[in-house]
Amino acid sequence: MDKFVIEDLSLNYSDGTESLKHVSMRIRANAITVLFGPAGGGKSTLLRALNRLNDLADVTSISGRVLFNGQNVLDPAIDVISLRRKVGMVFARPIVLPMSIYENVVYGLRRAGERDRRKLDAAVERALRQAALWDEVYDRLFDQAAELSGGQQQRLCLARVLANQPEVILLDEPTSALDPIATAKIEATLQELKEEYTIVIAPHNTQQAVRVADDAAFFLMGELIEFGPREKIFITPTDQRTLDYVQGRFG
Amino acid sequence: MIQNRTRVAPLIRSKWLPPRVAQRLGFAMLTLAAVLTVTPIAVVVIFIMYKGLPAISWEFLTSVPREGMRAGGIMPAIVGTFYLTLGTALFSIPPGVAAAIYIAEYARPGRLTRLIRIAIVNLAGIPSVVYGLFGFALFVIFLRFGTSILAASLTLSIMTLPVIISTAEEALRSVPQALRVVSISLGATQWETVRHVVLPQALPGILTGVILGLERAAGETAPILFTGAAFFLPRLPNSPLDATMALPYHLFVISTQVPGMPVQIQYGTVLVLLAFVLGMNLIATIIRSRARARRQW
Repeated sequence: MDKFVIEDLSLNYSDGTESLKHVSMRIRANAITVLFGPAGGGKSTLLRALNRLNDLADVTSISGRVLFNGQNVLDPAIDVISLRRKVGMVFARPIVLPMSIYENVVYGLRRAGERDRRKLDAAVERALRQAALWDEVYDRLFDQAAELSGGQQQRLCLARVLANQPEVILLDEPTSALDPIATAKIEATLQELKEEYTIVIAPHNTQQAVRVADDAAFFLMGELIEFGPREKIFITPTDQRTLDYVQGRFG
Repeated sequence: MIQNRTRVAPLIRSKWLPPRVAQRLGFAMLTLAAVLTVTPIAVVVIFIMYKGLPAISWEFLTSVPREGMRAGGIMPAIVGTFYLTLGTALFSIPPGVAAAIYIAEYARPGRLTRLIRIAIVNLAGIPSVVYGLFGFALFVIFLRFGTSILAASLTLSIMTLPVIISTAEEALRSVPQALRVVSISLGATQWETVRHVVLPQALPGILTGVILGLERAAGETAPILFTGAAFFLPRLPNSPLDATMALPYHLFVISTQVPGMPVQIQYGTVLVLLAFVLGMNLIATIIRSRARARRQW
C-alpha cells in the first residue's frame, strides 16, 4: 500500500537555490524510504513538501500532486495542522524546545487540546519507550530538555513526533550531529518503528542509506535519477550516475 | 615573483615607532577611552550622593513640602512619579509588545512594514517637549482629561512606545527560527508558536526594553509639564484625573522658581530621582544577566 504518491512534483524557491524537477515516486507504508544524493539535490525540499513545511519558506512556484492517503496535500484547502500531526518531522540538529522533557513530548498533544493528565502521562511514557529514551530519563522528566546529551535530545525529538501518533515520520539527516553510538541507537529504533509507521529519511551519508533503506531514491540537482528497492539501487542501478555516486566516484 | 618578495612592504608600520611600542601605545589609548566612558557616570553618582545624602531622612521621604517647599519632604513627588510610571506601563506595554509581535512575527516585508518601521524610528526622534504639547492638545483639551495623571501617563506612553517596540522586536527576532519551525511541524498554529515558544524566550529581552523605556519616562519633565505635573500640591493625588507633583518637574521648580531654596533639599531630590531611575536600570540588568545564564543558544 502506498502512503504517499508523488506525481510530477516541481518546486522553485525565490532565490533559485534548490528545487525539484518533475519528481514522481511512491512511498510504501510500513517501510523505510531513503532519499539520498549530494547536497542541494532536493531531498530536504521533498521532505518538507510532504507535510507542507515548505509553507514557511519562500516558494515561488509549485506544481504537480502529492497524494497522502489519496488526498492532495498541496491543495490550499487542506487542513495543514492535522496534516502535520499525521506527518511528523525530525530535523538535522536536535532542536529541543526550551522547556522540560515532559513538556517537549506533550507539546503537540497540548496544542491539539489534550488536557487529561493521565492521557498525557501515558503518551509520554509510550513515546519515550518507542524512542528508546525512557530508561534514561524516566526519573527526570521535569528537567530542562536542553540538559540532555545530543543523542538523547535527538531521540527526544523523535519521541515528540511519536507522541502525536503520526502515520508518517520524516527525518532530515537526523544523525548528522550525532556520534556513531547515538546514530546506531536511532537507526535501530527506526527499524522497530517501521512496523507501525511509514518512514522517509534523508540520511547524511550513503552508508547510512544502505543500512536503513527498504526503498531508495537517488536525487541529483533536483531530479529523481533512480528509484527502487534497496538491492536494485545499491547493487544493480540502471543509471550510470547512480552507480558512480553509490561507488563514491563523486559527491 | 621571488625577486619581488623583498620589495613588499609590511601593511602598516610606523616610520618612527617600533611595532611593539606602537601596539602598547594603541592599547593604552583604547583603555583610556574605555575608562573615560565610565568616569562621567561615576563622578555624577558620587557627587550627587555626597551632596544629597545628608538631606535624606525618613521625614524627607514621607512628608509633604512645607513653607513654600523650602522645608518638609517630597513624598507627593515620589508617589506622583510612581503613579506616572505605573500609568505609562499600563498604556505602553500592551500595545508596544503587540506591535512588536506583529512586526517581528506576522508582517510580511513590504511597503506597509517599511512605513511602520520608518514611523517608529521617527517617533523615537521627536523632542520630548513636542510630545508634551501634543499630549496637551489631544488629551488635556480635546479629550477633556484635564491636567491629570491620566493625560500625563498617556503622553509619556506615546513617547515610550517606540523604545518598547524596537527593543521587543529585537528580542523576538533573536529567538532562533528553528524553534518556530519545530513548533509548526508539531501541529502548532503560528499564534500558538508565538505564545508558547517565542514569547517565553523573548520575555527577558522584552522586559529589559520595557524597563529602559519606563525609566526614561520616569525622568522626563517636558511631556508632563503641560499635561499633568503640578507646581505645588502638598497632598497625594486621589484619582487618575487629579494632577500630581512629580520628581523631575519638582526638581525643575525648586531649582529655578523658588528663591531662597535650601541647596540640600535640591540635591536630596536629585538623589531620590537618580535612585529611582538607576534602581529600574539595576532590575533590567539583573533580568538580562539571569536570562543570559539560562539561554541555550
